[in-house]
Amino acid sequence: MRANTFVSPGKTRVERVPDPKILNDQDAIVRITSTAICGSDLHLYNGFIPTVEPGDIFGHEFMGEVVEVGKGTRKVKKGDRVVVAFPIACGSCYQCGRQMYSCCENSNPNAWIAEKLMGHSPAGVFGYSHMMGGFAGGQAEYARVPFADVGTIKVPDGMTDEQVLFLSDIFPTGYMGAEMCDIKPGDVIAVWGCGPVGLFAMASAYLLGAERVIGIDRVEARLRVAREKVKAETINYEEHDVYRTLMEMTGGRGPDSVIDAVGMEAHGSTAMFLVDRVKQGLMLENDRPNVLRDAIMCCRSGGTVSVVGVYSGLIDKFPMGSVMNRSLRIMTGQCHVQRYMKPLLERIRKGEIDPTFLITHRANLDDAPAMYRTFRDKQDECIKVVLKP
Amino acid sequence: MTTTHLSPRPAYPGSRQLPRSRSAIDPEAVSGRGDGGERLAKALGWFSIGLGLASLAAPRGIARLIGARGDHADETILRLVGLQEVACGIGILATRKPTGWLWARVAGDAVHLSLLSGAMASGPEDPNRMAAATAAIAGITVLDAGNALQLGRSRRPARRAASEVIKSVTINRPAEELYRFWRDFRNLPRIMSHLESVEVEGETRSRWTAKAPAGMTVQWDAEITKDVPNQLIGWESVGGRVDTRGSVRFAPAPGGRGTEVHVRMWVDPPGGALGLWFAWLFGESPDQQVSDDLRHFKQVMETGEVVLSSGGFDGTHIAQRPAQPPGSIPAR
Ligand SMILES: [Zn+2]
Ligand SMILES: [Zn+2]
Repeated sequence: MRANTFVSPGKTRVERVPDPKILNDQDAIVRITSTAICGSDLHLYNGFIPTVEPGDIFGHEFMGEVVEVGKGTRKVKKGDRVVVAFPIACGSCYQCGRQMYSCCENSNPNAWIAEKLMGHSPAGVFGYSHMMGGFAGGQAEYARVPFADVGTIKVPDGMTDEQVLFLSDIFPTGYMGAEMCDIKPGDVIAVWGCGPVGLFAMASAYLLGAERVIGIDRVEARLRVAREKVKAETINYEEHDVYRTLMEMTGGRGPDSVIDAVGMEAHGSTAMFLVDRVKQGLMLENDRPNVLRDAIMCCRSGGTVSVVGVYSGLIDKFPMGSVMNRSLRIMTGQCHVQRYMKPLLERIRKGEIDPTFLITHRANLDDAPAMYRTFRDKQDECIKVVLKP
Repeated sequence: MTTTHLSPRPAYPGSRQLPRSRSAIDPEAVSGRGDGGERLAKALGWFSIGLGLASLAAPRGIARLIGARGDHADETILRLVGLQEVACGIGILATRKPTGWLWARVAGDAVHLSLLSGAMASGPEDPNRMAAATAAIAGITVLDAGNALQLGRSRRPARRAASEVIKSVTINRPAEELYRFWRDFRNLPRIMSHLESVEVEGETRSRWTAKAPAGMTVQWDAEITKDVPNQLIGWESVGGRVDTRGSVRFAPAPGGRGTEVHVRMWVDPPGGALGLWFAWLFGESPDQQVSDDLRHFKQVMETGEVVLSSGGFDGTHIAQRPAQPPGSIPAR
C-alpha cells in the first residue's frame, strides 16, 4: 500500500510499504477513505517530538471501511463504515473504566519510553512517535486498528466522510477543551489559537452555553473564519496587546476561562518568546510555553485554564505564583475521544454543528508531502487538509 | 499448601545481602572517561568568572566588544548576565560534581544567544562584530552541553549484573485469577519475553528454558519454595549454574482497584561465558525487564493478550523498527 512516511524534519514521502495485518485478536483492518493532517502532526514533522524515526507512518485522524477483523472482536464487522479514535484504548483497564481513554494502561507497548519522560505512560496513539506506541498511522491506504470495538464508531448511512471525519480527534478535542471550562451562564471564554482545535473549542463553548467567545491568533484568514463561521470575537495579537484588550473587553474581570489550543510551538512577539525559541532549538526545553503563560495571566481569579494544545516535555518560567495565589484551576489532557464520539455524532446528525466548515484543502494522499508544507507555512489560507488515499 | 524449601537459603530473596562486587560491565571499570571532562569543566568555570567580572566591571566595554549599542538597557542586561556567569563559574569550580552548574552555564549561553539575536534584530551598532560574538557563544554552548552530557554520563552509578529487582503493578482482576495464571508456570513465557518455555515436572519442580544470543538456550530447574493460594508464590533455582530466585505476592488494592502484584526477583550470574550472557540478559536493565514482564501480565489478564505495535517488536530497545506494517508477522 501507499503511506505517508517520515523522512527527516520538514520532510515526508509517500512510499510503498507492506499492507497491515491482524496482529492481535481484537484488531480490525480499515481501508481508509478519508484522512486528515492535524496541527499536532506538525510537531512530529518539525522534529519536536522525541522518538520519531525515519519510515514511521504519520496520521491519527482517519476513517474508512472495515475489511478484516480479528477473532476477538465482537462489535465491529467486516463492511462497517467507521471513524477511528486517535488514542488507542483497551476498554478494560482502570482508566478505561473511568472513560479516561487517553490514559489507557494497556495500549502502549513502548510504555517504558514514555515512563522515562513522563513518569507514567499515556495511551498509545496512531502515528505519533515510538514513545506513544510505535503504531503505524492513518495517512495510508490501510491501517491496523487495535481494540477496534472500543476505538471505532459506526457511521450512520447518509452521512458523508467529511461530516464525521473530525470525530477522530479535533472536534472531540476542542469540545473537551470547552467542557473542561465548566461553563456557567454569562461566562466569557478566550481561546488562544484559531486553528482547527481552537475553532472547534470556540464552537463547542457556544454549544455549552458560553455568553461570549474570544479567539486569539495572528493569521488573519483564521481570525476571519472564527468571526464568520463561529461567530467569535477576535484579537490579532500582533496588532493588539492581548492582556489589555481582553481586560477592556471584559470590564477588567478577565475571561472566566481560557483555553490553550496552541501548545508547544507557540509563536509570540515578546523577548520571552525569543528565549524559549532558542532554548527549544538547543533542546534545553521541549516546549515553548508563551501562550500558556499569557493565558494564565489573563484568566480571571478562580477561573479555569484548559490546555488542549499538545506539550511533550519540560517548560520554563511557569507562572505558578499566578496560578496559586489566584485560585486558578488547570484542566488538561489528550482527548478521551471514545467518550465523545457518540454524543458529538448525534449533535452533527441533528444539525447543531457542521464540522466541514474548516476544510480548506482536499488532496490525494500522494500530495501529502506538499500539503504538510502548505499547512505548516499557513500558505493559501490553509486551515484543514483532508486527504483521499 | 506450603512446601518446605530444599536449600539452606531463605526463600525470600530480599533477605540476603547483595554482593557489592563490580561486574565486568561496570562502565567506570572499563573506561577512563571523566578526566578530560573535568579539566574542560574547570576551564569553562574560569571562563565564566572572567566573562562575568568583565560584564560587571565594564558593561559598556563588553557591549562595544560584542557590537551592541551600549545604552542603559544593554548595560543592565550585561550586568545581570555578569552576575549569572560569576555564580556559574564559582559553582563549577567549587563543587565536586559540576554537572548541574554546567547545565546552568548552558542555560546562560542560551540566554546570551537570545539576547544577541534580539540586539541584532533591533539594529546593532556593528553587525559583523555581533555575528562573531554570537558564533563564539554558540561554540561555547556546544562545549558546555557536551561537557555536561559527558560528566553526567560518567557520574552515573555503576550497574551490577548481580541484582535484585523489586517491581509492582496493579491489575484490574481478582487475586485468585492472577494467582491461578502465575501458579501454572507454563503460562510465564507468554508474559516474560526472555523465556522460551517452562515445563512442569512435578507438584513443585519445573524446568525453565530461556533464550540466549545466537539462537542458543540456557536451562535450569526451579523449585517452589512458598505457596500460599491467592497470596504468595516463591521459587528458586536448584543445582545447575544459574542462581535465580523470585517471589510474587498478590494483595487487594483499595477501593475496588483490583489486585496489587508485588514481584521480587534476584539473579546471581554465574561466571564465564554464561555470566556474560546473563549480564547481557539481566544486567543491561533487569529493572526494565521485570517491569515489561509485569506490563505484559497486566495486558494478558485485563485484555486477553500482549498488545503489539509495528514499532515495538524488538521490545525494550531504543532502536526500533519503523512504525509501519512488518513484512511478516513476528512470533510471540
Ligand atoms: Zn489530531
Ligand atoms: Zn485501557
